[in-house]
Amino acid sequence: MDLKLKIWRQAGPDASGKFVEYPIQDISPESSFLEMLDILNEQLVAKGEDPVAFDHDCREGICGTCSLFINGRPHGPDTAITTCQLHMRRFKDGDTIVIEPWRAKPFPVIKDLMVDRIAFDEIIQAGGYVSINTGPMPDANVLPIPKKNADLAMDAASCIGCGACVATCKNASAMLFVSAKVSQFALLPQGKAEAKERVRKMVAKMDELGFGNCTNTYACEVECPKEISVTNIARMNREFFMAKIS
Amino acid sequence: MAKLDSKIPEGAIAEKWTNYKAHQNLVNPANKRKIDVIVIGTGLAGGAAAASLGELGFNVKVFCIQDSPRRAHSIAAQGGINAAKNYPNDGDSIYRLFYDTVKGGDYRAREANVYRLAEVSNNIIDQCVAQGVPFAREYGGLLDNRSFGGALVSRTFYARGQTGQQLLLGAYSALSKEINKGSVELYTRREMQDIVIIDGKARGVIVRNLVTGKLERHGAHAVLLATGGYGNVFFLSTNAMTSNGSAAWRVYKKGAFFGNPSFVQIHPTCIPVHGDFQSKLTLMSESLRNDGRIWVPGNKEDAEKIQKGELKPTEITEENRDYYLERRYPAFGNLVPRDVASRAAKERCDAGFGVGNTGLAVYLDFADAINRLGKNVIEARYGNLFQMYEKIVDENPYETPMMIYPAIHYTMGGIWVDYELQTTIPGLFAGGEANFSDHGANRLGASALMQGLSDGYFVLPYTMQNYLADQINVPHFSTDTPEFEKAENGIQEMIDKLLSIQGDETVDSIHKRLGLIMWNYVGMARNIEGLEKAITQIQELRKEFWTRVKVPGSNDGMNVELEKALRLVDYLELGELMARDALVRNESCGGHFREEYKTDEGEALRDDKAFTFVSAWEYTGEDKEPKLNKEPLVFENIEVKQRNYKSA
Repeated sequence: MDLKLKIWRQAGPDASGKFVEYPIQDISPESSFLEMLDILNEQLVAKGEDPVAFDHDCREGICGTCSLFINGRPHGPDTAITTCQLHMRRFKDGDTIVIEPWRAKPFPVIKDLMVDRIAFDEIIQAGGYVSINTGPMPDANVLPIPKKNADLAMDAASCIGCGACVATCKNASAMLFVSAKVSQFALLPQGKAEAKERVRKMVAKMDELGFGNCTNTYACEVECPKEISVTNIARMNREFFMAKIS
Repeated sequence: MAKLDSKIPEGAIAEKWTNYKAHQNLVNPANKRKIDVIVIGTGLAGGAAAASLGELGFNVKVFCIQDSPRRAHSIAAQGGINAAKNYPNDGDSIYRLFYDTVKGGDYRAREANVYRLAEVSNNIIDQCVAQGVPFAREYGGLLDNRSFGGALVSRTFYARGQTGQQLLLGAYSALSKEINKGSVELYTRREMQDIVIIDGKARGVIVRNLVTGKLERHGAHAVLLATGGYGNVFFLSTNAMTSNGSAAWRVYKKGAFFGNPSFVQIHPTCIPVHGDFQSKLTLMSESLRNDGRIWVPGNKEDAEKIQKGELKPTEITEENRDYYLERRYPAFGNLVPRDVASRAAKERCDAGFGVGNTGLAVYLDFADAINRLGKNVIEARYGNLFQMYEKIVDENPYETPMMIYPAIHYTMGGIWVDYELQTTIPGLFAGGEANFSDHGANRLGASALMQGLSDGYFVLPYTMQNYLADQINVPHFSTDTPEFEKAENGIQEMIDKLLSIQGDETVDSIHKRLGLIMWNYVGMARNIEGLEKAITQIQELRKEFWTRVKVPGSNDGMNVELEKALRLVDYLELGELMARDALVRNESCGGHFREEYKTDEGEALRDDKAFTFVSAWEYTGEDKEPKLNKEPLVFENIEVKQRNYKSA
């Protein structure tokens, strides 16, 4: 199929960006969205032009590297997938596709469609762990964990840190991301000892880095490729409140 | 030539590691602060090692190619991690895990290393649970296990189909804790370009900052490579796009030996290739073989009709299906090891019984399991995998069988290391998929995660300390030395040369051609003519690359084409070494299948008398033939015999 791409081009973090139009022909509906961008880049390189920079790595929806705002939605028109899992059969011949980077102050553009998400790592570094060192531990089965809690912890832990929640939120809030990590540990006995410290530190870091607050639009849950639930935000608010009053 | 010393400790196999730890050298806490360690890579091996070394008190610098350490390709491992816990009480033990791993590797791995791996496997599970890794649990609240290929017990721990992700996030959280503490310094979007050797010892690295394009120098008392495998030499593989073999190759050219480069794992259950624009292949977890049954039509006419789209798989009756793994291997059935399952699929497709429009696919069918257990159970076990399949192929695997075909997945070969995971360059260590050590000629499912974490958490923190104990008087050193200068200049010259060619072929187009040569001649089936042809063709392609490649842009800032070109430079040399290694190994073993050496039933036929050794290749200079060194393998605790998966 033949398509018209409108792609955000920006030479560097401090450069001003603009949309550039690229017509592209003969795209197979079986190809993935990123393979379509590969084809565009091959054509640009052959012409001696600068290829479009975009983040991607595993191309199977788990590493969280790929991003892209596609026609106004993070990871494109489908729900519960990342951009690398999006296939061109989802589009029609003749479509115009608008492709932008994540737009949020804590995620500055590096080049074109590539952004810097180190802020997420900094939030985890503030407390997203159990403070134990490598060494002899009690037997793994010494502490039974109700299956329901283990499953809920796994639901939360499946976050891939892609940043779609921030990108789609009008406040650029990172509450879904932070609450997923807080929830995982709050639901497991191993996380209990540091629960209060953890939520305090992670929330403080999130605020410090310039992420906005949550105003309950739930756009994050809709766009999360791993379908992380906003009930995690409620759980984090509860954890945060308990940490404050004790 | 350096003598190959595997440094296997004395004593009975079950006591070697304990003896080693009891007698090794240690560094006192005050001195650890004086010692710098560089770790390249933040996957399971690198992330776990960097965190653990930081906890011990060393100054660690850790580098990753991705924008965050959480994105290393370990994250994509789906099925699980093995451990000899014997929680299901089905007869497992450390010895049995050791035995299965050595047998699964077709008796081409070092006994002492594999035993240690089995021994620490249980510590890994305890460590991960303590970190808050949400493994799957049973209703009683205890950990659940499932079965994987090549074993008769259930010893695989898992977190849905995202085990690698959860284990990696565990290591990443430990690493984040150390970064916060200041013991580990993190450098993201950096790619290692060269190792710096001073007075015969590894003393630092040159890395390229992928955002600015600048080359950076970093010095240390020891360097650990945990840079993964080189499967992307085939262009199409299940590896991530940035997974590459350059760090391993550049240290090889500086004196580290390369072990068993031709040992590559072809994973039997991947989504088939669908077009020449394809950028990568997607794995469907081996865990699916717990409940899925693999088959092709029993009649060629049916297969042909299916290929033309005139017949649907669900229309083929039971008696007209050939469940060929169950037929050929009654004891293990669909759970034979990966190399055996892959070859069996290729055999059926080559014989004309394949399905899909290319005829290069077989069915993985869940209908029986859904009838027996209900759709809900199957969804709970494999839901995310089924969803992934449907998104890519646009077919619903609950209603029609999946189509799968083998694809390049993992490299058992890698940098040669001794028992301490030290390379032939003193002070340079290698862990995880980057080394050659534990899987012989074929890796069993759920063993890669085990090896990565074993190396990272429980082996390297000890063995590196043993090396570092006599480095305490070496002060923090400057990178302003002739050795760093020379290494940096060498890389700069290569970059300048690549940018100056401005030919008419893109990096990917040349890489795709290399991939085809590799897949056709150094892939699932190899023979002498093909391998000789591969060597000549790769040499020609290499010349073409250096005269015709087109790399646009400059080195000032981000340049993805330049990154890819720098990796392809190495693949074009590494591919040739793989072919050479496959050519000298006149036997079939594990994933290395030479068509000239097979049993009457088409199984791999080893030649134990001539080939019970590790090939350790030594670089001898530009355009010179590499030298083959042999590390003999000695089996004292396992009887070496023909692998048998037909009966227990």
